[in-house]
Amino acid sequence: MSESATPRVPASLRETPLCRWHAAHGGRMVDFAGWNMPVQYTSIVDEHLAARAAVGLFDVSHMGRLSVTGPGSLDWLESLLTRKVAGIAPGQFRYTLVTADAPGPVVILDDALVSRDTDAADGSPRMGLVVNAGNRERVVAWLRSRLPAAGVDLVDQTLATAMIAVQGPQAVELVATLCPPADGARIIALGTYRGTTASVAGRLAAVSRTGYTGEDGVEVTVAAADAVAVWEAILAAAAPLGGRACGLGARDTLRLEAGMPLYGHELLPHTDPFAIGLGLAVNLEGRSFPGSGALAIMKAATPERVRIGLDLGSKRSAREGNLVFTSGGDGREVGVVTSGSFAPTIGHAVAMALVDRDRAAEGGMLDIAIRDARQPARVVGLPFFKRSPAGGGKPPAA
Amino acid sequence: MQKDVRFAKSHEWIAPGEGGVATVGISAYAVEALTDLVFMQLPTVGRKVKAGESIGEIESVKAVSDLYAPVSGEIVEVNTSLPDHLETLGKDPFGAGWIVKLRVDDPAELASLLDRAAYDALIGSQPH
Repeated sequence: MSESATPRVPASLRETPLCRWHAAHGGRMVDFAGWNMPVQYTSIVDEHLAARAAVGLFDVSHMGRLSVTGPGSLDWLESLLTRKVAGIAPGQFRYTLVTADAPGPVVILDDALVSRDTDAADGSPRMGLVVNAGNRERVVAWLRSRLPAAGVDLVDQTLATAMIAVQGPQAVELVATLCPPADGARIIALGTYRGTTASVAGRLAAVSRTGYTGEDGVEVTVAAADAVAVWEAILAAAAPLGGRACGLGARDTLRLEAGMPLYGHELLPHTDPFAIGLGLAVNLEGRSFPGSGALAIMKAATPERVRIGLDLGSKRSAREGNLVFTSGGDGREVGVVTSGSFAPTIGHAVAMALVDRDRAAEGGMLDIAIRDARQPARVVGLPFFKRSPAGGGKPPAA
Repeated sequence: MQKDVRFAKSHEWIAPGEGGVATVGISAYAVEALTDLVFMQLPTVGRKVKAGESIGEIESVKAVSDLYAPVSGEIVEVNTSLPDHLETLGKDPFGAGWIVKLRVDDPAELASLLDRAAYDALIGSQPH
């Protein structure tokens, strides 16, 4: 074993409004993208299974929350994002990529959720972006560099707010019970990727039917000062159902089972989004945005490598960077693992990988080099786990 | 736990026994720090190992860790039931959760390892 079983947390990390709560409640704090975050409280497996069976609470306040307001905000984002922004209805969220101009290949700065709301006073669009913690500063810098002289205000709300993901088959109803009846009814009626405002545990909140676990659920955004009260109210209501606070470890295994790409792993600055199943995040029809020309070339081409699922059937896991080879025979290198772990719901290890197109057919066998061993794995369709459709809406594509 | 048990800084324990054969495992602290153990690979019996050499691996949901030989010697027995019952490591890390038995080359090597008090001081200084 390594000498230090747990990483030391540098003193200069950013803290979410819930950071002290996590540390005081057994959270194992680690440096995640410069934030002091809980990787787990008790057990990743127990936390993962709680989210699948009942409800899990995740502090996702480290993710970047940007507001884009002003009369020009909608058109400005329409000119910058890979998804069509003009068609977004008030209260709707869309998954998009944030791309930058560059000579040569497209540069994907991040994947993000873009949303639209309406200003109560003057009816102008109020747009929102949720971006990855590790990409927030460069996305903000990129967006600022493209701001017009007037008509658009970009404000980074990350530090002023907190975001709590409440995920699991009982999540939506649970949050609704903490609201006045009319607000609760609106939350239960929300379609997937739709949002509303509500009073949650007596605090003003933005509630969206979004998440990153493959479960039904909501994400609740509140003022930083309200974070602990809302978190504790949701957790207290969740506990009798078997719900629990979950760390980033469970969030990662949940999204892996759900086959969701993660920036920095499946999705890199020069990734071909069409090769990893994110074609739906790129709308090129009659549109022009930074990198749209390069993306059009990618879309027309046949990718060399594509994203697949691998079922190892073993307890031993493949990890990011493990090379993938043809099965037996010549053992030619044909790909690389982008994410892999023991999958608690499935009971053995699974992985996502980029492999040569001619090796991507479901049912085929490949070998993964894990340390000094070759682990056979079967090519399977994604996601590895799909929830039963008993909950509202259908799971998002990504 | 027997009194003369020694610890490596890498969290393995070693307990001297009859005929120069010592028992090796990992500490309760290490098991607790790893959590969510899912896989373990044991060395083959008869393998000769040097102190600090990897003799196997233990994998949690998050990461893989090497198991290191605390002293030089020959692997004379492995706990074959352990990989299918990793929960034993949590329940009884210093007893039923033993990992390998090692015929120690040089008993004096054990003296270079940490005693119980020194190990407790080491883990007391680490974040939990």
